[in-house]
Amino acid sequence: MTNDSPRGNPSPPAQAGGAESDCRVVLDDLAISRALTRIAHEIVERNEDLGKLYLVGVPNGGVPLARQLAANLHEITGIDTVVGILDTTLYRDDLISSGSRPPLRRTEMPSAVDDRVVILVDDVASTGRTIRAAMDALMDFGRPRGVQVVALVDRGHRELPIKIDYVGKNIPTKRSELVKLRARDGSYQRPLEVVVLAEGGRADG
Amino acid sequence: MGRILIRGGRILDPATDRDAPGDVLIDDGRVAAVENSIDAVDAEIIDASGCWVAPGLVDLHAHLREPGQEYKEDIASGGRAAVAGGFTAVACMANTNPVNDDPSVTDYILDRARHDSPARVYPIAAATKGLGGEVMTEMVALVAAGAVAFSDDGKTIMDSGVQRRVLAYSKLVGVPVIVHAEDRTLVGNGVVNEGPVSTRIGLPGNPSVAERVQVARDLMLAELTGAHLHVAHVSTAGAVELIRAARNRGLQVTAEVTPHHLTLTDEATLGYDTNTKMAPPLRSLADLEACRRGLADGTIDAIATDHAPHAVHEKEVEFTTAASGVLGLETALAVVLDLVRNGDLTPLQLIRRLTANPARILGVDGGRLDSGSPADVVVIDPERSWVYDPYKGYSKSRNSPWAGQTLQGRAVATIVAGRLVYDVDRGILAP
Amino acid sequence: MMGRGLLGIEDLERSDIERILETAERMQEVGRRDVKKVPTLRGRTIVNLFFEPSTRTRTSFEIAGKRLSADVVNFMPASSSLTKHESILDTAKNLDAMDPDAVVVRHAVAGVPKRIADELGAPVINAGDGAHEHPTQALLDLLTVREEKGRIDGLTVTIIGDIAHSRVARSDIYAFLKMGAEVRVAAPPTMLPACVESLGVKAFTSLREAIDGADVVMALRIQMERLSGALFPSVREYSATFGVDRAKLRYAKDDAIVMHPGPVNRGVELSPDLADHRPSVILDQVRNGVAIRMAVLYLLAGRRRVEREEE
Repeated sequence: MTNDSPRGNPSPPAQAGGAESDCRVVLDDLAISRALTRIAHEIVERNEDLGKLYLVGVPNGGVPLARQLAANLHEITGIDTVVGILDTTLYRDDLISSGSRPPLRRTEMPSAVDDRVVILVDDVASTGRTIRAAMDALMDFGRPRGVQVVALVDRGHRELPIKIDYVGKNIPTKRSELVKLRARDGSYQRPLEVVVLAEGGRADG
Repeated sequence: MGRILIRGGRILDPATDRDAPGDVLIDDGRVAAVENSIDAVDAEIIDASGCWVAPGLVDLHAHLREPGQEYKEDIASGGRAAVAGGFTAVACMANTNPVNDDPSVTDYILDRARHDSPARVYPIAAATKGLGGEVMTEMVALVAAGAVAFSDDGKTIMDSGVQRRVLAYSKLVGVPVIVHAEDRTLVGNGVVNEGPVSTRIGLPGNPSVAERVQVARDLMLAELTGAHLHVAHVSTAGAVELIRAARNRGLQVTAEVTPHHLTLTDEATLGYDTNTKMAPPLRSLADLEACRRGLADGTIDAIATDHAPHAVHEKEVEFTTAASGVLGLETALAVVLDLVRNGDLTPLQLIRRLTANPARILGVDGGRLDSGSPADVVVIDPERSWVYDPYKGYSKSRNSPWAGQTLQGRAVATIVAGRLVYDVDRGILAP
Repeated sequence: MMGRGLLGIEDLERSDIERILETAERMQEVGRRDVKKVPTLRGRTIVNLFFEPSTRTRTSFEIAGKRLSADVVNFMPASSSLTKHESILDTAKNLDAMDPDAVVVRHAVAGVPKRIADELGAPVINAGDGAHEHPTQALLDLLTVREEKGRIDGLTVTIIGDIAHSRVARSDIYAFLKMGAEVRVAAPPTMLPACVESLGVKAFTSLREAIDGADVVMALRIQMERLSGALFPSVREYSATFGVDRAKLRYAKDDAIVMHPGPVNRGVELSPDLADHRPSVILDQVRNGVAIRMAVLYLLAGRRRVEREEE
């Protein structure tokens, strides 16, 4: 999840090589890679019927992570896991009242959700609202057998009773800080890193 | 009645071509003296320094809506609006209810004016009964009752045979026949000038040729009959050209133009404000410039307001359904002063077109400040800046395209028949 | 972007149009789901204020609103009696007092949506005003063309019909020009508006020339009343000279598509076989209409004027 400020677009990525004040890298590419390997093993451990898994990435950050997890699962088990993309913007609880209209992202759900174990993948979990919105969206697609949640980073400040099943790293933060998954060049391609920026306004994750 | 001394102003008198500083003394309803400097005892002093002193403005085209439509204006409110705008005389059109096509209605109008209007009122009677465009009115009786001209304004006499006979008959009484020249079959349901603007805003267009065709016809009929044709509210370059050619041939034709056609183009309609809906409509820039040139070179003799009050419920509807026409009496002066400001006319030329020329066309006494003339005088501050709020104006209606605008130039004192009837600080003064 | 709402394409920048189209593409996906509903506008009220009847457009807006979970209210005042006794301002103020989140207005006279928008705090969406504009129609036309052709820049679009009286024509002209297409209009001389080329199009009175090499052939609906002799002598002559059929379509590009805002007068603007078969994309237009209207409602509803102007 990218921490959108209420009035609209995600903060622009840092300039490549540029100096920033108040920005610390909490997970570098290697750490992310290891976390995803570990999470893939955990998923295998906890799920009996691996053929029923459905990895669903929440844009933008959750998508490359979901793909990487699918690759990891294939390496471990030889099974091809379906990967989908589910944009939660239309299910957000803060849109209309806030007046903002963030751009909508692609949703691609190549498989039906019925009877599958959906594993929602998000980059940064915070308040729990994005996961809640993702679950609402998921329910409109069908009736999954179960829903589990992966978050690369859990930064706390939960506002809803949402549980993260698989966490890459717990990172305590101040509410005013902004936590982002990104690549230096502004894309979501490796090498990736997770940074904490000093001011980002309220996190809506 | 008391004496009034208007002191220190710039005197603009079309009758004597005078444009010079001086004083004007008014006594017993007449102009007693116009000199460089006058000392007078027992006179009310009006300080006109920085101002123009001119004959009272004469509007030869206004709709006072009485009898029958007093909810939007009446002779009393119209008269007050007139003097507030510097007009000491107003000619009112016949499209009332009942139509002024009978001496009894003419009498009524004059009676109301006598009692309630601070401005002089000259009734224009209908050219055809009921404005039906078929049977001509009793012109002799109407002139005897006080009508100064004939017009079916509001409508056009489409039947050329009828128009010919109306013009011919009018020679019996020697007063002008004022025409609203638009071929209705070419106008169709057009509400804005046909052109790039009408195409953009998607409203039906009224082509300028509708005016040109009708003016051509009327000019030829005037030539045939020898009558005095007066073309109301000229709006197109085409009409100006035809009128110029006719005058050059020696025809007795006169013409007027409104303040809005001199200053606004069809682009004003882009926001669908129905206070930009008039008949004829606001035209292109080229038409506007042709009207200005026509006014400057004398092809168009006079500026007339076509003051057309309409109630809010008649204007605040769809553009196509809204009534046509806007207020003019209280804003005309400020608006047409633009022509002096950008050099199209000198102050004296402007005043002539607002006073002497209209008076001459109507055959009434006015537009002069020489000694002995009736004391209809206006003091104008051409620099005075003011915000026009129609809700604070004297007209009963509010339909003006200049509502809320800051205008420059205003009548600061208006005198009719030797009595100060309006003062910008005190408003209308009771007799 | 859209301070008072969506009154016309003329006021939009290309970037505004791109944004609406992108948003509509996301809404298309919602339309492909089994459950075609998202909770985004839950609890919001959208009023369809249709002074001019139109089942198709109204239904399209209604479905769009409902797919966004909004409450949609249809208000259809009798058109002409309204003008005499209740002013447009009255209607607008009464509506405003009920605090709608969006008002969709359709009227037979140009300018009414704008006058209403001047009075309301809620955003106003123009669903067609007289001969002026029908912005959502043009937007769905753009979306359809982009879907078919992958782009709009550089395409040649020919619009055929009563251009003078068509709001669809005007909106399409602005829309396709802003997105980089070349636009031609074809009509008998009595149906071309004054100074039409000032809009940026090339005008033709020959269908053959207008269609030559076109990528998109857009036929407009002819109102039969206008063919009663006033603007054009007969239906027969119109369809022979300006009606589009497969034979005439050969002058266009081989992969040209045929469009029509609907409903089609078969045999008049389009031959029956063209109306119902490829290369006509009329049904896609209708489907895209819902997606576009969902996008517009998503972008505008619930935002009071101050917020929108701050953007």
